[in-house]
Amino acid sequence: MRASPPPDPPAPPPFDVVVERHGPGVLRFCVARLGPDRGEECFQETLLAALRAYDGLRDPGAAGGWLFQIAQRKIVDAARSVARAPTPAGDALEAHADPWHDPEPGSGIWATVARLPPKQREAVGLRYLADLSHADVAAVMGTSVDAARRNVFEGLRRLRDEVGR
Amino acid sequence: MSTDDSRTTHGPDDPRAAPGPDDRLEDALRGTPAADDAFREARERFAARAVDEGAVGVAYEDHDTPVGVVRIGATPEGVVRLVLPAEDADDALARLAASVSPRILRARTPVLAGARRELDEYFAGRRRGFDVALDWRLVTAFRREVLRATALIPFGETSSYRGVATAAGSPNAVRAAGTALATNPLPIIVPCHRVVRSDGALGNYLGGVEMKARLLELEGAAA
Repeated sequence: MRASPPPDPPAPPPFDVVVERHGPGVLRFCVARLGPDRGEECFQETLLAALRAYDGLRDPGAAGGWLFQIAQRKIVDAARSVARAPTPAGDALEAHADPWHDPEPGSGIWATVARLPPKQREAVGLRYLADLSHADVAAVMGTSVDAARRNVFEGLRRLRDEVGR
Repeated sequence: MSTDDSRTTHGPDDPRAAPGPDDRLEDALRGTPAADDAFREARERFAARAVDEGAVGVAYEDHDTPVGVVRIGATPEGVVRLVLPAEDADDALARLAASVSPRILRARTPVLAGARRELDEYFAGRRRGFDVALDWRLVTAFRREVLRATALIPFGETSSYRGVATAAGSPNAVRAAGTALATNPLPIIVPCHRVVRSDGALGNYLGGVEMKARLLELEGAAA
């Protein structure tokens, strides 16, 4: 075996591991909130900010929740900059008010998700679009794990009712 | 990570997870392989940008060679690590995270492109030495002296463990020289495979003795 320097305090895993695990979810989540073009821009901004701050991440196990907190901030920033843009203000505000795009045209499910109450909508988005654990959903939304689980569950129940109708 | 951290649907331990129709709903929410392609492309653009903006500590790529897939890691200064096929490539990456920087990303960089081109030329028999920039930070003190001496052994020739110890300035430190060679972070490029036992046996090699023999054969060395 290699006699590399002794591994001191558990170092964060390579950033690459975080990107492989959570990158697809970040992209899907950003696209759902901002549409394909600005969604990808937001994905890039999120990962760049995360990469720059990565050396200081204290709990590598919480990387998922941490990453999506950054994504949330970037999404809010992007939505604000659209709201401020001088172009057709009506459209922009409308987009801001209902910022859920279908990440995969054709499935149609996200149009239904967009009609959920905000907390359920966000919890379902984080759980499935972003592929996060309930604990990470809780961390991003600032709720207890139980509340996160409940929001996901209630959201799914409503979706099932809507889709089944 | 929490216990429910998983890509699978809710386990049987979750009483609220109803089976059946829910699975279809959850699958629809999870998305399709098309999303994976979109991610691959977006990821490449992100990696290129991260390199351009100097945010990457170690960029790496996997490279196909006639002796198997090697993983090459490079800092902005130069190649810092070459992982042989016999090694655990993911473990090597985790060690780089601890010893160099956790800001590790699979990405293309000019240094990596140069290293890959030179490896191709080497294995095609068109190159006898490497010119790509090296980052020696993983090797300190006497070990670095040994590896620098090793780097001077000409293509097609071999030296002994005592030979490189002597060239490094400590003829009696044969054992230490052996350790330096066994922990060479830049095999092939720093040709530790050219160091063989003085009784004519090949001696050990990080990549396996078979690979050592193959490299020496490629170089036409009388081993």
